[in-house]
Amino acid sequence: MSEFIIELKNISRYFGSVIALKDINIQVKLGEVHCLLGDNGAGKSTLIKTLAGVHKPSEGEFLYEGKPTVLSSPKDALDMGIATVYQDLALVSLMSVTRNFFMGRELTKSWGPFKYFDTKTANDIAVAGLAEMGIKVRNPEQAIGTMSGGEKQCLAIARAIHFGAKVLILDEPTAALGVKQSANVLKVVAKAKARGLAVILITHNVHHAYPVADRFTMLNRGKSLGTFLKKDVSREEILEMMAGGQELEALESELAEFQRADEAKKSGGNHRLDAGQVAETSVQSAVNE
Amino acid sequence: MSTISTSSASNTTSKSDERVREISKIKSLLNRPDFGAMSGVILVFIFFGMIAGDSGMFAADGVMNWTTVSAQLGVLAIGACLLMIAGEFDLSMGSMIGFSGMVIAIPALYWGWPIWGSVIFAFALAMAIGWLIGYVVVKTGLPSFIVSLAFLFILRGLTIALSILFTNKTIVSGVDRVAENDWLAPIFGGEFGASLFIWFGEIGLIDTYSDGSPIVTGIPMVVIWCLILAAVSSWVLFRTSFGNWIFASGGDDKAAKNVGVPTDKVKIILFMFTAFCATLYASCQVLEFGSAAADRGVLKEFEAIIAVVIGGALLTGGYGSIVGALFGALIFGVVQMGIFFTGISSDWFRVFLGVMLLAAVLFNNYIRKRISLA
Repeated sequence: MSEFIIELKNISRYFGSVIALKDINIQVKLGEVHCLLGDNGAGKSTLIKTLAGVHKPSEGEFLYEGKPTVLSSPKDALDMGIATVYQDLALVSLMSVTRNFFMGRELTKSWGPFKYFDTKTANDIAVAGLAEMGIKVRNPEQAIGTMSGGEKQCLAIARAIHFGAKVLILDEPTAALGVKQSANVLKVVAKAKARGLAVILITHNVHHAYPVADRFTMLNRGKSLGTFLKKDVSREEILEMMAGGQELEALESELAEFQRADEAKKSGGNHRLDAGQVAETSVQSAVNE
Repeated sequence: MSTISTSSASNTTSKSDERVREISKIKSLLNRPDFGAMSGVILVFIFFGMIAGDSGMFAADGVMNWTTVSAQLGVLAIGACLLMIAGEFDLSMGSMIGFSGMVIAIPALYWGWPIWGSVIFAFALAMAIGWLIGYVVVKTGLPSFIVSLAFLFILRGLTIALSILFTNKTIVSGVDRVAENDWLAPIFGGEFGASLFIWFGEIGLIDTYSDGSPIVTGIPMVVIWCLILAAVSSWVLFRTSFGNWIFASGGDDKAAKNVGVPTDKVKIILFMFTAFCATLYASCQVLEFGSAAADRGVLKEFEAIIAVVIGGALLTGGYGSIVGALFGALIFGVVQMGIFFTGISSDWFRVFLGVMLLAAVLFNNYIRKRISLA
């Protein structure tokens, strides 16, 4: 058996004349967080859809546990243990936590010839599954429309883990979240990793990726700029690679922001404080106007 | 690995959450889909109890009267309710009533079929049409409003054209004659508990005619059907996997598909179920009164939808309850008959209905915001 659970060898994907991906090589290990970084249009979405069985690669080899594999549908991928949490999360906001948790895979119990949805046990399992990921749910029958974006993201991840995912693909899990909620989601990612799952984290936010990731693969215009171990590369270097040497001004201002964040951390402050400061300054500027 | 810098902030969420507050019993009651209809039923009873209390509306025959009207609509509302929760409409239900009635009556009277044969044929044909409507809706992705509206006209037109073609009439009567010794007919057109009501008459619990027979001879089978259908549907909706799929299909079709819910299958089955309910309504009507008419069931599809909406289901799908739909049908029946008993011009019934519908939709909208956008 290979050391890697998923290995992509020279994967390319074309849509007609468009080259979406070209010669991508990626190795994903169990118990590691593999971060895919890239700007808009870099081919991140195509790559995860290839991993999730939505697209078939036009060229190249897909190895799963060392064996060449062809995924013909998302269900194939799911059956093999590759679960993808897309940005829309596949949650129904009018339905309860438990009903969402078990949607499509209801826990049933037999009563004579009839099978019924065992909501009591399902409630307990959903609460336990979420608690394991550090999310406390008071009432599993409450509609998830009342939950915050971060909690929903965590619920979607916990669901994938509960139903036996070995590889967890997360598509921009922190894209629409605030600082505190992002931290909660990243904590869940760290927990998934600790449980021995392979996590593929797609993002274009280095700040979110850097603390939890073990490896980084940089994509730019459909090509890989290479995979780096965290110890070999700094945050600044990653940012530089993503930006491709362009828009240096924007980069510089971002780097300045980093320094401030690092200093704040050293002096014992946390992100919550940051958010407070941001709010304060924005209120002030609004008053000034 | 560097630790996440906000661990102190997230600790609060893993203990008891300061952002979740206790919700009082009354407020959680308010979040039930059927709460509005439940209070509506109480209001309607209080209202007619005051102004029509001595008109015979609440005597045995009066009660049986509005119970039957409510149950007839209830049968339709149950089908419409499940379908609406799954996010679709079936506007062809009313036309299906007329169509199925004719499919039962014409073969039995003109072609010499036994009643049981024509009833089974009607159910099979109706459900095949229901399948077709569902199939067209899920395969084309067109709004079910349009597709079923087309079938509203197709079925009504077919009913009139075919009954003229085969019988040269649009009202066919005499079904009761051929149904007399049929084994299946009493299941739809009969009455339940006849001996019980005779006994009630004897002990003076209900009024009797001068010959000693009770004024109410039994519970019409449509009431029994309505209750059975409600119990089974409610159980399926809330306690089975299929029920969860119904909520998921209506709540978010795409999300449901992504986690493997066969939403197309769910919707097609429910279109077949509404056709089944319409045919059940038609069977009870034709076999109880012995006649079928091509214009039966006009506007019934809207009455069913009104009952379901008053019952708290959302027009956009994903939320609702069978009990609510039944309450909606009960309000409908009580008001319709109550207006008759009080002697108010029945023209006011429609005014009341429209106002009721508007109030229910406004109330439901408010409830949805409460539960999904807190």
